[in-house]
Order: sequence, then C-alpha cells, then structure tokens
Amino acid sequence: MYKIAAMGDRDSISGFASIGLELFTLDQMPNPSETLHNLAANQYAIILITEALAMTLKDDIAKYKERQLPVILPIPGVSGDYGIGMKAISDAVERAVGSDILKDT
Amino acid sequence: MAGMTFNPTRMELTKLKKRLVTARRGHKLLKDKRDELMRQFMEAISENKRLRIALENKIRSANRHMSLARSMVRDEIIATSLLFPKQSMSLTVEEKNIMSVRVPQFTAQFRSSDPGDIYSYGFAFTNAELDDTIQSISDIMPDIIRLAELEKSCQLMASEIEKTRRRVNALEHVMIPRYQDAIRFITMKLDESERSAITRLMKVKDMMIEKAINDRRKRDES
Repeated sequence: MYKIAAMGDRDSISGFASIGLELFTLDQMPNPSETLHNLAANQYAIILITEALAMTLKDDIAKYKERQLPVILPIPGVSGDYGIGMKAISDAVERAVGSDILKDT
Repeated sequence: MAGMTFNPTRMELTKLKKRLVTARRGHKLLKDKRDELMRQFMEAISENKRLRIALENKIRSANRHMSLARSMVRDEIIATSLLFPKQSMSLTVEEKNIMSVRVPQFTAQFRSSDPGDIYSYGFAFTNAELDDTIQSISDIMPDIIRLAELEKSCQLMASEIEKTRRRVNALEHVMIPRYQDAIRFITMKLDESERSAITRLMKVKDMMIEKAINDRRKRDES
C-alpha cells in the first residue's frame, strides 16, 4: 500500500493534512534532502513538494526523474512562484521533440 | 568502412547481407515505435500542461483562502484544528504499458468511507475560510493524482523517445551505410578476383595451345 506525502513550509501544506496526506514540514526536517530520499525509499508513491523547497532540492529530485516511482510533484506554495512545474513540462517536450514546440500555446 | 576489418570472402558477404537485412528491419520497427510514442507523448503532454495550469491556479486560490483563515484566528487554533486528521489516504499502484514504457497508475483509497468527512475540527472556533481551504484542497485531490500519473508518464516517455531516436539515427546513419559499404567492397573484391582468375585461365590456355601448335609443327618438320 502506497502513501502520499507533502513536503514544504507549514503554511503552504498544512491544508493537505485534512485529506489524509502525511506532512513533512520544514521545521520538522533538519535535512530535507535526506527526508526526500527516505520517503522515496519507503512506499511513498506521490510526494508533493512546494516550489520553494523544490528549488533547493533540484539535484535530489532529478535522481527520481527516470524512476517509475515516486512521482515528485512541485506545487506552488504560499510564497515564491518559480514556475518549476511548467519548466519540467517544457524540458520533457524539448527532450522528446528536440525543441519546445508548445511554448506559447 | 573505417574501423571495420573483415575478410573479403563469400562467407563474410553472406553474413553481412543477413546483418543488413536485420538492421533494416530493426530500423523500421524502431522508427514505428518512435512515431507512435511521439503521438502518445504529444497527447499526454498537452493534457499535462492544461491540467497543471488549472491545478496551479486552484492551489494558489486555496493558499489565498488559507492566508485569510490564518489572518482571522490565532495560528495555534489552525494548527490544533489540523493536528489530527480524520481522513487518511492510501494509494494502490498499477502499471500501464505504453509502447513498452511502464508508467504508474494510481487509485486512491480513503480510510473513512465518506470522502466528505474531512473536517477534523469543530466549527465553533474556526472560520469559514478554513472550511473553504479544506474543501477546495479535497476537490483538487483527484486532479493531483491524475497530474502525478501524467507527469511521470511524460517524463518516462520523453526519455524513451530520446533513446529510441538515438537508436534509429545510429542505425540509419552509421550501421546501415557501414554494412552497405562493406558489402559493396566485398562484392567488388570478389568480382575482381574472379576476373583475374578468368584472365589467368585464358592466358594459361593460350600458352598451352601455343605449346601444342609448336610441338605439332616440330613433329611435322622432322
């Protein structure tokens, strides 16, 4: 049985607790990158992560890109809008097609 | 033909011809695979993009509700309200095979049978904004799961397309021309040695005839 986790600052993700996600807030995690790897190894299939945190864990997230599980999903948090999610989509298009053909649609 | 060593023999020629046929068939198959993957990828990626834009907007609005909720009551009240969630969610993961790319498919299960049973607090000390936040987050959860599936599929498909395209190119521009060159080289070499064998035979025959004529002439004279 797989679980869903949310990582990020408390303000951005506390709402997700109500529907049964497990929260890992910044104030509980001394080392977010370690937490991420632990979650990935422990039956968490979907890990929501705020964009602000995703920025700092870029390299760790990249390791799971080619793996089937977990899915690490950047979501916008209360503060900071970095467009990481959209960037990942354009990157995928660029890899597959050779250039970003969906840019302005 | 650089870097290829082979003997110009008939056996080698047969072997290379077989390899060329295999390479051509592989090339065609991989090309078909790439085209079909690309078609599926384009479908998935445009849905992915649409869903992500919609979802990001919804999450932003949920965040705005949350900020409002926080501004109206003390932080501790919000924190304690959300401390013990009533609901818990788990996933079952299945695999779907898209052109031999294995992508995950999720199904969500809730502990409580009523999916609307999400408010882990009494309504007396909290405000409506918090309820809105929770409700909107609960509403977008199916979309989040769908988006997770889509994003993973797109990433895996993108890397598979990249790999397949490299293989197609390697076959088309390196392997197949190399085999063709080698086959041409061996054919020419074999033809050449055949011709030289024939000329040699003709020459020998001429020499033998000449010798026979000379012998006959000598015998007639004596």
